Amino acid sequence: MTASAARVIPIHRAAAQAQEFVRIKNVDKVYKARGGALKAVDDVTLDFHEGEFVSIVGPSGCGKSTLMMMVAGLVPVSAGEISIRGETVRKPYTDVGVIFQRDALLEWRTVLDNVLLQIDVRRLPRRKYEGEARALLERVGLAGFESAYPWELSGGMRQRVALCRGLIHDPKLLLMDEPFGALDALTRDQMNLDLQRIWLENRKTMLFITHSIWEAIFLADRVAVMSPRPGRIATVIDIDLPRPRRLSVRESKQFGSYAALIREQFQAFGLLNED
Amino acid sequence: MSTDAATPRPDKLPWTAHIATYLYPTLVTLVLVVIWEAVTRAGWVSPLILPSLSSIMYTAVVKFPLLMQMSAITTMEFVLGFLLSVAVGLPLGAMIVYSRPLETAFYPILVAFQIVPKAAVAPIFIVWLGTGLSSKVLIAFAIAFFPVVIDTVVGLRSAQPETIHLLRSMGGTPFQVFWYVRFPNALPAIFGGLKVASTLAVVGAIVGEFVSAEKGLGYLVLVANGELDTRLVFACVLVLTLLGIVFYFLIEIIEKLVVHWHVSARQLEAVGGGS
Repeated sequence: MTASAARVIPIHRAAAQAQEFVRIKNVDKVYKARGGALKAVDDVTLDFHEGEFVSIVGPSGCGKSTLMMMVAGLVPVSAGEISIRGETVRKPYTDVGVIFQRDALLEWRTVLDNVLLQIDVRRLPRRKYEGEARALLERVGLAGFESAYPWELSGGMRQRVALCRGLIHDPKLLLMDEPFGALDALTRDQMNLDLQRIWLENRKTMLFITHSIWEAIFLADRVAVMSPRPGRIATVIDIDLPRPRRLSVRESKQFGSYAALIREQFQAFGLLNED
Repeated sequence: MSTDAATPRPDKLPWTAHIATYLYPTLVTLVLVVIWEAVTRAGWVSPLILPSLSSIMYTAVVKFPLLMQMSAITTMEFVLGFLLSVAVGLPLGAMIVYSRPLETAFYPILVAFQIVPKAAVAPIFIVWLGTGLSSKVLIAFAIAFFPVVIDTVVGLRSAQPETIHLLRSMGGTPFQVFWYVRFPNALPAIFGGLKVASTLAVVGAIVGEFVSAEKGLGYLVLVANGELDTRLVFACVLVLTLLGIVFYFLIEIIEKLVVHWHVSARQLEAVGGGS
């Protein structure tokens, strides 16, 4: 085995503790499709506790986005149960910041107003949050762009605005669905560094969906590997790398062994064929 | 900072770009005018068939008070018809988007109604409403409102699913989703419909006046034609065209102010500025 440093945690861990922040228990998602049903998510059980950074990595179409949508309460589960802080999710969970691959910025709002959309929709006092919004934008390197419109920004800058919008109301939970998937490799590295920095400052509970093995390991405390459709959690890997992590960690032996573990898993699914 | 470059603000355009925008159409128009004047002055065409442009202008000046009086009436007809098409078209479009039963019930009728040639039913409207203002308004409305409905439907449906999910995770109500996302997102399409409707409303008013009227530019066209006063007919057409153009550009100006953020509003800069 190449991964001597990695510990593989079995799917069904012994009785999860009561303080688990998010509990996903035996969750299925079945879509009605032409000529029958399509199972997108199959018996997923995964818990994470407060302040934990969990990445879910899996091939395209494996149901990882669906899983995130179910955690957010935006898509109902077909079977099983998802609870956040002990309460079953039945409608959209609102103490959350959601970030999608498409930044979903409103083209008719300025950068500042896009961040404050979160405040407007929640009917919170704008005046109270405007300073916070400006501070957040400055922290992601967007000072001076407050009154710019989204079309004036690059893809990386737009996603930073989306990140600020997801943080402005100080939610307990952040859900990110391949947020950097549409960015070029260099921008993506920078975004990973920035996200880590922001996360280290406030340690929000994080569910990060990606199809990049390296991104998943670099960012997460734990990486859950999903199988192709119907998506199951194949393994959960604890990432025991000191923080703050630098990009060079990716060249380390330990990082390599984690990556190998996930790759081997993907190969076992038949997703990669080297012959 | 991000490594991918932002779109530069297109604030510096070469002045020649602006000049060309006005110069080219003016030049083409001028050439056509000269040809027209030359052909008619040379006596190649009978003034009964095509009067010279200068004699048309002369008639327009001499008959200015009459033309203005008739213009006021026709303008009233098409503006009211247009406003009615907006007042009915927008809510109807929204209803179709938001209610499946209403869509099922109304859509086929709507399409059928659009296919009915309005000129053919115009006499019926006259029978119903008399030869006054209201029948013309109704005909203008009947011709103009279809694009407003269709473009409203298309616009309201074109919102990104992510954006709607986002609003729901903020605890947004269906009305907030409409107000913050769907409606502003639909505005470019709606303005497309309004611009088409603005030109159609003018057609509708004239159709109404052709069928039966005692005043208006369309009425004057019929009278002048009966008297073989071709110059006056052309003068009417000229005034009518000017009215239509002014109305169209009025709406376009409003559009530029309201949806300044949209791609269509910055196309000129993008093309003119190069990159």
